[in-house]
Amino acid sequence: MKIVFASGKGGTGKTTIAVNLAYYLAESGKKVQYLDCDVEEPNGHLFLKPDYDNKTAVKVMVPSVDLDKCNFCGRCSAECRFNAIVTIKDKVLVFQELCHGCALCVRICPEKAISEEQREIGFIEEGSTVNGISFVQGVLNVGEPMAVPVITAVKKNFKEDYIRIIDAPPGTSCPVVKTITDADFVVFVTEPTPFGLHDLKIAMSVAINMSKLFGVVINRDGEYPPLKEYLDQEDIPVLMSVPEDRDIAEAYSRGELLLISLPGYRDHFKILADNIMKLTGKSL
Amino acid sequence: MIAITSIDGTIEGGLDERFGRAKKIILYDSEKQNINVIDNKLNMSASQGAGIQTAQNIIDAGVKVVISGHLGPNAFRVLNAAGIEAFAASNITVKEAIEAYRNGKLIKLTGSDVEGHW
Repeated sequence: MKIVFASGKGGTGKTTIAVNLAYYLAESGKKVQYLDCDVEEPNGHLFLKPDYDNKTAVKVMVPSVDLDKCNFCGRCSAECRFNAIVTIKDKVLVFQELCHGCALCVRICPEKAISEEQREIGFIEEGSTVNGISFVQGVLNVGEPMAVPVITAVKKNFKEDYIRIIDAPPGTSCPVVKTITDADFVVFVTEPTPFGLHDLKIAMSVAINMSKLFGVVINRDGEYPPLKEYLDQEDIPVLMSVPEDRDIAEAYSRGELLLISLPGYRDHFKILADNIMKLTGKSL
Repeated sequence: MIAITSIDGTIEGGLDERFGRAKKIILYDSEKQNINVIDNKLNMSASQGAGIQTAQNIIDAGVKVVISGHLGPNAFRVLNAAGIEAFAASNITVKEAIEAYRNGKLIKLTGSDVEGHW
């Protein structure tokens, strides 16, 4: 079972809900794997505090041009969808950060002057937590624009017989699509604000386009009727609602798991797990 | 030939201070005194590398001098590699920019003056 936590808007509490569900399930005796695909800002580790036992580099392929073979025809530059290679008279410039590693230039070069070389853009860390959660996170190096190869590398560490809790990046672009692709269920964490609802609608449209089962968690629930009216009207299931509570914010700011600091919220996460089971028809 | 980034493709209209995402590029042939306009719409909406591709198009057109508002690092790298001189101007029409260049009043850029995606 693969459960992805997404949001659209950033800062709605995606990670908070994801780490606490992982903890709840692990405490209930389940085999749980937590995968942090929010590779630009992975912060699940702040709460789950894993010990790492493995770190591997993530590399992408970029073109390398042999100027002795190149006749500067410019075909590679004309065909590159990502504007990553430029041909000027007797020079070829490669913009490595823009390259998506598709290798089109390598294939179409009439002079066979282009080969691939590796470039490191981030790393993967694996480990486990004290209560037995298997933990994987991807980290994209600062300044690197392309998150997808690191997310792909995180997902290569999927453990088949585990419940996989996957933290997605905010937004609705390629990294989110990549994270959601093979999800069995998507949990959208939102907040009761106009901004939260606006981005939630866009994020849900991604899940609908990808034919994914999903539901919504309302975090910091409070006075904003349009959110519930919209969810009612569209018949979108609310999986759990967490109230606006200063104690939660304080525990969060200390890097503590909600379920350790405020065990009274345990029933909330039981409801969340039950709702996911009901909607997917699979046991957790 | 001089390339000037333009907001509307006319010499009376304003210079577009964006390079890669300029609306139009005006090509001014100082010998023949004539003007050609390149539509830069494709690069305006490019997901990435707009400055690089705009620079490539300018190079392919045979330009020797560029006048724009600012240049990011990638655009500057391409123009510099092609030996094209770049000059900065702001709050000015295309016609005024050409005059100012001819009178030596524009500042030559010796490196990018803004970050990418400024």
